[in-house]
Amino acid sequence: MNSSPEHNKRDYGLWQRTYVPEVFGGLAITARHFFVNLKNHIRRLIGRKDAAPGAVTFQYPEQRRPLAPRLRSLHRLTKREDGSPRCVACMMCETICPARCIYIVATEHPDPNIEKMPEQFTIDLGRCVFCGYCVEACPEDAIRMDTGILEFASYTRENMIYTIDQLLSHETAKPDAQDTQ
Amino acid sequence: MPTLTIDGQQVTVPEKTNVIEAAKTLGIEIPHYCYHPGLSVAGNCRMCMVEIEKAPKLAIGCFTPCTEGMVVFTNTEKVKQARKDVLEFLLSNHPLDCPVCDQAGECWLQIYYMQHGQYESRMMENKIKKSKKATSIGPHVNLDQERCVLCGRCVRFCDEITKTHELGIFGRGNREELDVFPGKQLDNRYSGNVVDICPVGALTDRDFRFQVRVWYLGVQDSVCPGCSRGCNIQIHYNRNRPHHGHGRRVARLKPRYNSHVNQFWMCDEGRYGYKFVDAGDRIISPMLRRGAELQMATWGETLAASAERIRAVNPSQIGVIAWPQLTNEELYLVRRLFVDGLGCKNVSFSVPSKKDGGGDDFLITADKNPNTRGAGEIGLPIADSTGDILQAASRGEFKLLHIFGHDLLSSGLDQPLVESALAATETVIFQGSNSHLTVDRADIVLPSATFAEKSGSFTNFEGRVQRIHEAVPPLGDALPDWQILNRMARALEMGWDYQGTEHIFKELAENVAAFSGLSYCVLGDQGELLGYKPTNEAHIPTEPVTTVII
Repeated sequence: MNSSPEHNKRDYGLWQRTYVPEVFGGLAITARHFFVNLKNHIRRLIGRKDAAPGAVTFQYPEQRRPLAPRLRSLHRLTKREDGSPRCVACMMCETICPARCIYIVATEHPDPNIEKMPEQFTIDLGRCVFCGYCVEACPEDAIRMDTGILEFASYTRENMIYTIDQLLSHETAKPDAQDTQ
Repeated sequence: MPTLTIDGQQVTVPEKTNVIEAAKTLGIEIPHYCYHPGLSVAGNCRMCMVEIEKAPKLAIGCFTPCTEGMVVFTNTEKVKQARKDVLEFLLSNHPLDCPVCDQAGECWLQIYYMQHGQYESRMMENKIKKSKKATSIGPHVNLDQERCVLCGRCVRFCDEITKTHELGIFGRGNREELDVFPGKQLDNRYSGNVVDICPVGALTDRDFRFQVRVWYLGVQDSVCPGCSRGCNIQIHYNRNRPHHGHGRRVARLKPRYNSHVNQFWMCDEGRYGYKFVDAGDRIISPMLRRGAELQMATWGETLAASAERIRAVNPSQIGVIAWPQLTNEELYLVRRLFVDGLGCKNVSFSVPSKKDGGGDDFLITADKNPNTRGAGEIGLPIADSTGDILQAASRGEFKLLHIFGHDLLSSGLDQPLVESALAATETVIFQGSNSHLTVDRADIVLPSATFAEKSGSFTNFEGRVQRIHEAVPPLGDALPDWQILNRMARALEMGWDYQGTEHIFKELAENVAAFSGLSYCVLGDQGELLGYKPTNEAHIPTEPVTTVII
């Protein structure tokens, strides 16, 4: 594919090349949107139900968009009744993970009926592609992506690496799928 | 020699061959649990059902000898249903342990369920809980009674192969359990084999427990370096997930079938003796003594220093103690470099061990080196024993001692003699893989690769030459010994240019009478005896024989 700057150059006509008329054209479009929205909002405000809805801006972060219940958000590890992780370190999620961002180290569980548990369970979110395969693969329902947490950007790569304690501390999202933070 | 038809294909097999083995020669796999070609036939799992023409009922493939004109079907609806039913019985009390079970991924219940089962569970009852779960029954083996399918392979192994009779099956019906006899432990010298032959996760390896999932492992054929038997093995290595198994790259060793050497088995000593490959005492960089201490150096510096010191002394003042852990190729290069090249006469290789090797009448031999025979055939030692070399060294007759691998200071040699020999020698060059007391006394240290990190061949005590292959790359800056010797010879301007071990072996076969006629192609994956005489050209295999599936 040719992606040289030469190739991307458009042919401008005389009208475009004179520049100023196009600026006014753009301003006109913006102004039209402004006044149409203003009109729609006012008509709604005075109770005209048949009016078209005006464009809405969410006042993020004070106000958040509702999240779909099946949205894949930050991972969490679920717990048994005694608070220990449900995970048995079977490595299914680590195996299926296409980004290879899960690192599990297994160890012996004191209860021979459970046998195996993770000593370390680390997810490198800097690599995670949020495909949700780990959740699908888990035979123990030990990992979920239902925390509703979407803001975990960080200034360092190290902070993107979540350890087992952090993953266990995450809670499921509230019914409206808003996170618990 | 009866001729029979299996699934429409004719095959002629030796007398008394059973149907499973006959089908195997045609590439037809008859599923089975209790049958093992290395053990007696038990016929209790009922998985190997086949349909035989004119027989009223299905028959088990393992206990049905082939007869003339027999017509066998292994894939009819009736057979498939029988397999499905057997699996349903076997799985009725089997726990859903696959996520925590080390066998998952190489479990014949899983494999055959996917191939032949695939039914919906009809089990309405509660599963029977057995008494022992995740219990160790010996130094190397863990038992989980619930996962057992009671095939009895392990019991037969302990009765027939080791004849130690530790295991038994107790109880009746669905309360039947595999266990060790009261007061006994599964602690014979071959106990690890029960893990290999267990088709399910009932007997698992304590050493391998929770280390690496089996599907992460790569497999490379090799030969056990633990003793002069040279049991054929597979190295199972983990290169992609270093956070598993405590960073050990070699995860486990498994025996590989060789009818001439070890059949299906290997001893525990060899099986668990691989830890030095990834041990913390590996030497990962060449080292030079600067002042009082050994300091890391580059290969260039180290080899230049070695060559300089070798050149500075008279060849009669050089003592070489080679190592029977080296491959044939490397020992040949030792001879080429020191004996043929430099004219050194004082080359030995064997160092007595401190403790008795404890050979037995099955696989374990007293000589703990894989290539003593090879070293002898290649023409080492030239003159004297290691003791004599050290005697001469302690008298101050040597200016330079080149030691391969041996830890002389923890060997069965006279310790004061070793001390005085090391003290009296001006330059001690050590070439080996792991650090120990003798390394601390060296002036130049050349880090070499272990058996898992290089290619080559070993000659076992019977004279069978067998190949080893590189499973993992050498650790750190270490190099295979043949490369070190090649580089050293180049530093000494001997004009060597070996491109690989096959190149060296070709030359070895041309120059050493015992190896004549041998080549990597002839060795294949089962090895070949010294003094090999090709009967005709067509006999030489062009590619290795495929590994036997048990």
